[in-house]
Amino acid sequence: MRLDTICPVETPEGTDLQAELAGLVPRALAYSVDFLLRMAILMALSIVLMVAGRVGDGLLLIAFFLLEWGYPVFFEVLRNGQTIGKKAFAIKVVNEDLTPVRFGSSFIRNLLRTADIFPFLYVSGSISMIVTKKFQRLGDLAAKTIVVYDERPEHNTALLDSVEPVTPSYPMTEDQQTAFVNFALNRGQLSDARQHEIAAIIQPKMPMRVTDPVEYVRGVGKWLLGAK
Amino acid sequence: MKQLDFEGQYSKFWTKFERTLDARKDADNESLENFPSEYRRLCQHLAMAKSRRYSTGLIGRLNDLVQRGYEALYGQQVKNHGLLIEYFRYGFPAALRSNATYLWVSAAVFVLPFIAMMVATFVNDQIIYSVMDASNVRGMESMYEPSAEKFGRERQADSDIMMFGFYIYNNIGIAFKCFAVGLFAGVGSLFMLAYNGVVLGGVSGHLTALNYTETFYPFVVGHGSFELTAIVFSGAAGLKLGFAFLSPGQYSRVKAIQLAASDAMKIMYGVFIMLLIAAFIEAFWSSSSLMPNWVKYSVGAFLWFIVYYYCFFWSRNKVALYLSQNAAR
Repeated sequence: MRLDTICPVETPEGTDLQAELAGLVPRALAYSVDFLLRMAILMALSIVLMVAGRVGDGLLLIAFFLLEWGYPVFFEVLRNGQTIGKKAFAIKVVNEDLTPVRFGSSFIRNLLRTADIFPFLYVSGSISMIVTKKFQRLGDLAAKTIVVYDERPEHNTALLDSVEPVTPSYPMTEDQQTAFVNFALNRGQLSDARQHEIAAIIQPKMPMRVTDPVEYVRGVGKWLLGAK
Repeated sequence: MKQLDFEGQYSKFWTKFERTLDARKDADNESLENFPSEYRRLCQHLAMAKSRRYSTGLIGRLNDLVQRGYEALYGQQVKNHGLLIEYFRYGFPAALRSNATYLWVSAAVFVLPFIAMMVATFVNDQIIYSVMDASNVRGMESMYEPSAEKFGRERQADSDIMMFGFYIYNNIGIAFKCFAVGLFAGVGSLFMLAYNGVVLGGVSGHLTALNYTETFYPFVVGHGSFELTAIVFSGAAGLKLGFAFLSPGQYSRVKAIQLAASDAMKIMYGVFIMLLIAAFIEAFWSSSSLMPNWVKYSVGAFLWFIVYYYCFFWSRNKVALYLSQNAAR
């Protein structure tokens, strides 16, 4: 079995859309942010409502109810599947077919939160997330929802403007080509030391005249992208 | 075609598509009209980029654009203003009537312990202490003591709103939880139903034995119709989930739970509304000591009749028709 966090969904147009599933840790962190935020709101409200006496107590209980059951539904439906905590960790709730989640599904997954919490601290939900392929808690399973990363991928070939294209000295397999191109374009995410470490591995394969293996690999990458 | 040529040829088109997406509602008519065909064209670009093994960065960007286009095209929010009215006219009664078996089981698991405990506490005044501790029993007794001016769970006038908040938070929370824990093969719902039956039955029997009937029954008769019925409904919705887990039939277990959940939710929306009404009645009507008891009994009887008539007998033919027409939904 191939283990992967990429979840492909075929669109009606016949293309495979891909989304990266969010696992237990980012989801737990996002939940903690939401939880602290809800507590902070309640605390602020309890101070404000203190002046209102017993009427204030009643309003506070209603606020408590709304924050506990309504907060996630409200944000998931109206804010593109993202509560504030989820937004902070760049994850969002979507249906299994990657369409935005609607009121019905959001309500199911948040009502069944009680089952996920059982017996304490989300033990059931965590087990469910670990054993299911799409990292779904029980509420997700029943509501047909998943939690995926919501990141705008950076793609900018202008990064390569300063690089001289280099014609490779030997034929390359498809996988090798992909590796060279991705290395050339991923410069921003790797430290210089790490780039050298990676490129130096294949230095024995490079022509003798090459002094900087990183420049060579990027040059070949640029050539493979079509620059002459 | 090499990647750089490909990007050079189409990047203008991608940027334009992205601008249409960013504009959403403000987009001009022309770009909206072209949107579906442009979206299909973009899908083709993504497929080409993948099969030609262009860099992950480019595939990522195209995937993101297709994803957003897909959401815009297929994630349309359908505005249907008649939905709520349709739900209360047909949807809720239909959901209840098509799940009658679960309702019967749920009602039995709640009512039988209720009656048993009521009889037990009526004949033996010590039994109540096996389900409640002494301070709670004293608190409960003092609430319904006939000499108190305003009976109910609280007495002061400004406490009505506080109790309203409490009933919302507590009772609706219990109903939601009673539903959710049904996922564990129904055991959670069964336990919560029986437990609530035992406690409420115990309280009723105990207060009856103390002869506090003149305060207790006029208090509970009004909101009991909505509150107790809604708890039984939420238990039934939970049992439906649990049964789908235990016996998924021709579906996979997960699929069966998904189908059961979407049907059970049709009950839960109604439960939510019923408990809102119950909280309102309980806080502002039941606790009022201005009304003579005969008024409270009459209103209470009327409410019980209304609830059960609406849920199970109201416009039977039309609801049955609605059920058969929406069997697939």
